[in-house]
Amino acid sequence: MLEVRDLCVEIRGRKILDQIGFDVSCGQWLMIVGPNGAGKTTLVNALTGGIQSTGSMHLQGEDLRKMSSAARARRIGVLEQQHVQGCAFRVEEVVRMGRYAHRTGFFRPASDEDDAAVEEAIRLCGLEDLRGQELDTLSGGELQRTYLAQAFCQTPDLLILDEPANHLDIKYQKQVFSLIRKWLDSPGRAVISIVHDLSLAKIHATHALLLDGGRQAGYGPADDVLRPELLEKVYGLDVAAWMKELYEVWE
Amino acid sequence: MRRYSEHFDVREYVMFGAVTLAVMALCVCVGSVSIPLKEIGQVLWGTLCGESAPSGAHAAMILSIRIPRVLCVALEGASLSLAGAAMQGLLRNPLADGSTLGVSAGASLGAVLAIAFGISFPHLPFAGTMVMAILFAFLSLLLILALAWRMDSSLSTNTIILIGVIFSMFISSLINVIVTFASDRLHSITFWTMGSLSASTYPKALLLLICLLLAGGVIFAHASELNAFSLGEDTARHIGVNIRRTRLLILIAVSCLIGVCVAIGGMISFVGLVTPHMVRMIVGPNHKRLLPASLFGGAVFLMLADLAARILLDPIELPIGVVTSMVGAVVFIVIFLRTGEGGKHA
Repeated sequence: MLEVRDLCVEIRGRKILDQIGFDVSCGQWLMIVGPNGAGKTTLVNALTGGIQSTGSMHLQGEDLRKMSSAARARRIGVLEQQHVQGCAFRVEEVVRMGRYAHRTGFFRPASDEDDAAVEEAIRLCGLEDLRGQELDTLSGGELQRTYLAQAFCQTPDLLILDEPANHLDIKYQKQVFSLIRKWLDSPGRAVISIVHDLSLAKIHATHALLLDGGRQAGYGPADDVLRPELLEKVYGLDVAAWMKELYEVWE
Repeated sequence: MRRYSEHFDVREYVMFGAVTLAVMALCVCVGSVSIPLKEIGQVLWGTLCGESAPSGAHAAMILSIRIPRVLCVALEGASLSLAGAAMQGLLRNPLADGSTLGVSAGASLGAVLAIAFGISFPHLPFAGTMVMAILFAFLSLLLILALAWRMDSSLSTNTIILIGVIFSMFISSLINVIVTFASDRLHSITFWTMGSLSASTYPKALLLLICLLLAGGVIFAHASELNAFSLGEDTARHIGVNIRRTRLLILIAVSCLIGVCVAIGGMISFVGLVTPHMVRMIVGPNHKRLLPASLFGGAVFLMLADLAARILLDPIELPIGVVTSMVGAVVFIVIFLRTGEGGKHA
């Protein structure tokens, strides 16, 4: 579905990403992992057109950079790490904005298909009771689910998520990852996400891309990349031992 | 399927339209000479149907002074308010309006130059100020965007606001220099900078209407994009908005509205800042509702301000800009204290 080759990002003469390359096929969940400053968010920004980059990016054979904003939004949904605060829009209005790229005409009127997609996204994210609530009255988890519903509402083929578990307590963390898993179960879809929690990456990833200082330290099936020795090299820590130590307190 | 409506419905258009018409009628009736509503109706009916040519002092006052003035004031208020609502949504800044962008300042410089150097066109006595104001509004926009582009090619809103504020301060000092050298025209320039619509005519109202239809149409057509901008530029881009194109179109439309308004009415501040905040409390942040409400709200606000300017110290007429600034500043503080959330703009 997505082919990325030799992707480089340079900001004020400093190379932030260097020669990154990977593929994402239908049904795959690619987790981007790595320590702070590895270039994970920069990679997501490059994929979503937020910053300038070199190299090639093709979505189903089409050059991602040559696609119009609307065409890209119809095929790629994005969930950011941070959301705008102090906004009085209602939950349903925000979810409905996800249909922007599908609506045509001078005043972009909503069709039955748009209404159906909105209802489906609201139902999937469990926002039925919150649909009339203003955004600035929501908790972090509710806000995250609202924006996830907006991305679902775009009916994309590829979902790009920057820290989807951000602001979420463990209950909603589990719920959001289950939602994404459920969404991915439908044919013709794929997910790329950044995660810091390597346990979550190990549970949900089919593939992983390990970044270190802007370079690709590992890429492939999740079990091949998320190996203790490779992670130790990148994080400078015996990750597997630390994880075991954390879980031992529950035993 | 439950159909969700984000737009103003017919009932709301009728309600806001009725209030606007009622205030319009009030402003035509009341003034240094009060005219009964019935008489205004008779004069209008007679003129429109052409049954009998209305005559008398009242008819002349209604047709030549009151109606063109009320039309100009309403259209100017609607234009400034619409421009303010669009700017606040686009820049995600509750303090944004024409002055923030620097376009009002640019238009003022053009108009002050025209007054100071007596620039005029044959057979079109008011055209010199107007052409210069519109020209300088556009030039200011180009300069501001070029500088913003040079500093930050993504044309981020923070850069635009920063350049706009600096530009306004620079223009203000230039105007002071011109005033120093054109002291014989000091009265005209000072009166104009305080804002006045006392010399309104039907051609001026027509010009305001054409500009409002064209530039306002562009802004109305981008209500969805303005909603998306309210959630942040990144979110807007992710849902498919062409950020750069939208920003340019809206900035150009806003410049047209402000350029024409400044040329016709001088510096009338606070309308574009206060009215969108007031109507947002009634209709919410969705631009599909906020823009039409701002249109009506701006017209009503400026008509009432003009009425106050005419009757408060009768027979002396206050400059309308003084009234809008005094009322606007108080209303703005009250809104901020009541909501307790100055940053909540959307």
